[in-house]
Amino acid sequence: MSDTKSTTEKAPTPGFHFRDLTKMFGGSQSSGRQFGILGALVVIIVFFQIMTGGKTLDPSNMINIVNGNSYVLVLAIGMVMVIIAGHIDLSVGSVAAFVGIIVAESMDKWGWPIPAAMVLGLVVGALVGTWQGFWVAYVGVPAFIVTLAGMLFFRGANQFVGDSTSVAVPREFTFIGGGYLPEIGPVTGYNNLTLLLGLAIAAAIVWQEWRLRRTQTRMNADKAPLWVSGIKVGLLLAVVVGATLLFASGRVGTSYPIAGIILAVLVLGYSFVTNNTIIGRHIYAVGGNWRAAELSGVKIQRVNFFVMWNMSVIASLAGMMWIARSHASGPGDGVGWELDAIAAVFIGGAAVAGGIGTIVGSIVGGLVIAVLNNGLQLLGTGQDLVQMIKGLVLLAAVGIDVYSKRQGRPSILARFGRRGESGGTGAPGPSGENTAQANTPAADK
Amino acid sequence: MPANPNILEMRSISKEFPGVKALDDVSIEVEAGEIHAIVGENGAGKSTLMKVLSGVYPFGSYQGDIVYQGEVVRFRDIRQSEAAGIAIIHQELALIPELSITENIFLGSELNRAGVINWRDAKTQAAELLHRVGLRDDPDTQIKHIGVGKQQLVEIAKALHKSVKLLILDEPTAALNESDSQHLLDLIVGLKGKGVSSIIISHKLNEIEQIADSITILRDGKTVETLDVQKHVVDEDRIIRGMVGRSLQSRFPDRTPHIGEVFFEVKNWTVRHPQVPDRLVCKDESFSVRKGEIVGLAGLMGAGRTELAMSIFGRSYGHFVSGTIVKDGKEIELKSVADAIAHGIAYVSEDRKVLGLNLLDDVKASTVAAKLEKISRGGVVNSFKERIAAEGFRKSLRIKTPSVDEGVNKLSGGNQQKVVLSKWMFTDPDLLILDEPTRGIDVGAKFEIYGIIQQLAAEGKGVIVISSELPELLGISDRIYTIFEGQITADLPVAEADPETLMRHMTSTQKKVTQR
Repeated sequence: MSDTKSTTEKAPTPGFHFRDLTKMFGGSQSSGRQFGILGALVVIIVFFQIMTGGKTLDPSNMINIVNGNSYVLVLAIGMVMVIIAGHIDLSVGSVAAFVGIIVAESMDKWGWPIPAAMVLGLVVGALVGTWQGFWVAYVGVPAFIVTLAGMLFFRGANQFVGDSTSVAVPREFTFIGGGYLPEIGPVTGYNNLTLLLGLAIAAAIVWQEWRLRRTQTRMNADKAPLWVSGIKVGLLLAVVVGATLLFASGRVGTSYPIAGIILAVLVLGYSFVTNNTIIGRHIYAVGGNWRAAELSGVKIQRVNFFVMWNMSVIASLAGMMWIARSHASGPGDGVGWELDAIAAVFIGGAAVAGGIGTIVGSIVGGLVIAVLNNGLQLLGTGQDLVQMIKGLVLLAAVGIDVYSKRQGRPSILARFGRRGESGGTGAPGPSGENTAQANTPAADK
Repeated sequence: MPANPNILEMRSISKEFPGVKALDDVSIEVEAGEIHAIVGENGAGKSTLMKVLSGVYPFGSYQGDIVYQGEVVRFRDIRQSEAAGIAIIHQELALIPELSITENIFLGSELNRAGVINWRDAKTQAAELLHRVGLRDDPDTQIKHIGVGKQQLVEIAKALHKSVKLLILDEPTAALNESDSQHLLDLIVGLKGKGVSSIIISHKLNEIEQIADSITILRDGKTVETLDVQKHVVDEDRIIRGMVGRSLQSRFPDRTPHIGEVFFEVKNWTVRHPQVPDRLVCKDESFSVRKGEIVGLAGLMGAGRTELAMSIFGRSYGHFVSGTIVKDGKEIELKSVADAIAHGIAYVSEDRKVLGLNLLDDVKASTVAAKLEKISRGGVVNSFKERIAAEGFRKSLRIKTPSVDEGVNKLSGGNQQKVVLSKWMFTDPDLLILDEPTRGIDVGAKFEIYGIIQQLAAEGKGVIVISSELPELLGISDRIYTIFEGQITADLPVAEADPETLMRHMTSTQKKVTQR
């Protein structure tokens, strides 16, 4: 077939090439990759910043957005892994509520210390995950059914344990859901720890880029010109510095929230797991083509068990963050969270059929919803309209993506992260072959 | 109708797929009221020809004319050909298991008034149709409760309901036992008496000999000849010669084999079908592989070649019944694919898109997918080593891709196959089982794949090649086993094998020959 076409590698000529810009965020193979949904987020922020007369990027508002959405974003981390593996989890809201009430009761009624209560919460989450994972992975009941059952069961269990009442949590516990970094060190007019955090992130970005370039040099890989790296690092640093100053300059006593730090740690940790570990590879493999994965020696039952188990553990964490933020656990906690998390994952570029999706993409997808929500509220839009708009945004985001894929162009959403269908700019290559091959007489029976 | 005795003439049909000419100037003539057989190797173009006829490949996507009942017809889809009285019954039955016989027969052409189905009439008619095909089951029986043989009959009843004039059967007896097959063949002959012409595609030459009035042989997308059973003396040997009669050009790299001692043996291997408990897909099969040897496995579609390979590869197919595997003098048990990989066995599957690759992955991730532990420490994959491994194979196997970051779905078939090969070479196997390693790839890439196979053998590995193309097996193998209906029917050194001999062993068990 058209072997020759795909080999015409352009010899790199030195000097300035505009298309080198596309190498900015990884991947030499696609132009404008990564820009899709991230661009949408930036546009939405700018739009609301203008419409609200600067209220969107106000420190206290940003802190509010992080605090008010971190539990859903945490859920999205687990959810994207479930969805990559080709499943779904509808029970996360109920599981979060169930764990929340147990943790609240253990502190309020049984007088458990906070750390013990938190460990209890995680253990309960792990048990719930074992239960659901068993049915999905080893019995083979579709996750949709197992978790629909779990959604009903654990909602009831929450109300059974808490007698359908709210249980307050101790003041010290609220730290993980609504706390801030303490004010220490010299008076700078900013929150010093937030500044330090920002500095650390900035250093990490520079170091990461330097390491990438060094590795590429060692491997003789196609390397982006230095100026591109410079612009990339510059842009990222600008964002980090801006955000740092924003979060550090809030009302005294506030800073980058603890919930946001938990989120950031989870994002980093799970991004590493999904990108760099064997289990991460296996999750993508099972979702992408479980039959091929099975024939490559992947123990698919274990993978399925792990993603479902992990989701429930993460849900228990989200449940604890929520009761810490709202100072109490109640019977209506977590209603509809599963849908928010699923929406974030799909806006963030995951594929319904599995195999595609990234943690970072899902977080950005979640932020799109969060900023939209917040901006509309600042504009005084009623909750009814906000819901309608959110629904349309989800449909539009995925609809545009599906349409664009059907046209043979690379997926806009899946441009996110390295796992997207690595696609060129839709240039004719040996592409059309994919569909044609199935019909060739070789498949003749 | 004019004096033309032919119900169907397909004149100079050509059909191209990107890169492959599937049909090249193929003509057949089917007389009204005859049974016309089409034979040929896998990939000769039989099914493609029937898809052209039935409108699966619509008018305009092929060249040539179809003359049906004296008129040139231009079917745009399968509905139009059905309306004209052409019914095709595929290898994979198109029945819905959860519906009853009646519901299946009338599916798509329900007896209705204003959308309301008249079940009473439907059942009466279904009972009549079943009677015509000699099926005595209750029309309310669900399809899943009747056997494959009866399902075939239901398909034919469905075709009769649509007042079929030309019935096309694609490998109708492939999944049937002897008595069901005989019943079906009798039915086809019976229908002939009632004015229904048939085209039958089959690998079972004895059946064709039994019922066909004329036989068209296809090879490599071309018509070789049409044999009139009345005029010619037609026997199986005559047909086989037509099917395989082509010269073995220098399509294979030169090689001097260096064959060592036997290191891999399978003894008395018996495996049950995963869904049908009383059906054995491997019946007491024994074979062995030597170091540095390329062993061919010849068999027609459905003979159980893939089933044998996959059941050995960590029991990834069927239910294991009995048998032992001995490797390097020690008996080993391979209960999972991971076990098989750990014991140095690799299986390159028949269908690289469905079973071989995750098409969402890039080249480098695909290369290392079957043995991530090799480049990992503490469960963390070293992406540096991953890239180095992938680059290594890209160079040594000459995989044509702009970079190892390219998605495998962007590669051509031949290069995808090379990625699959590198994925399994990366697991450092001692034995590679290659199932149809050159299917669907072009001649140039085939030559390179042969070179890789020979290189693997030269490194002292054992290689089993499963292929439907006899010239390929004869060109690449040192020794060939033939399989027919789940049994090994012959073990031939390549010097003693020729296409005719192989085909004879691949189509019958009677002349069971054991060479050693």
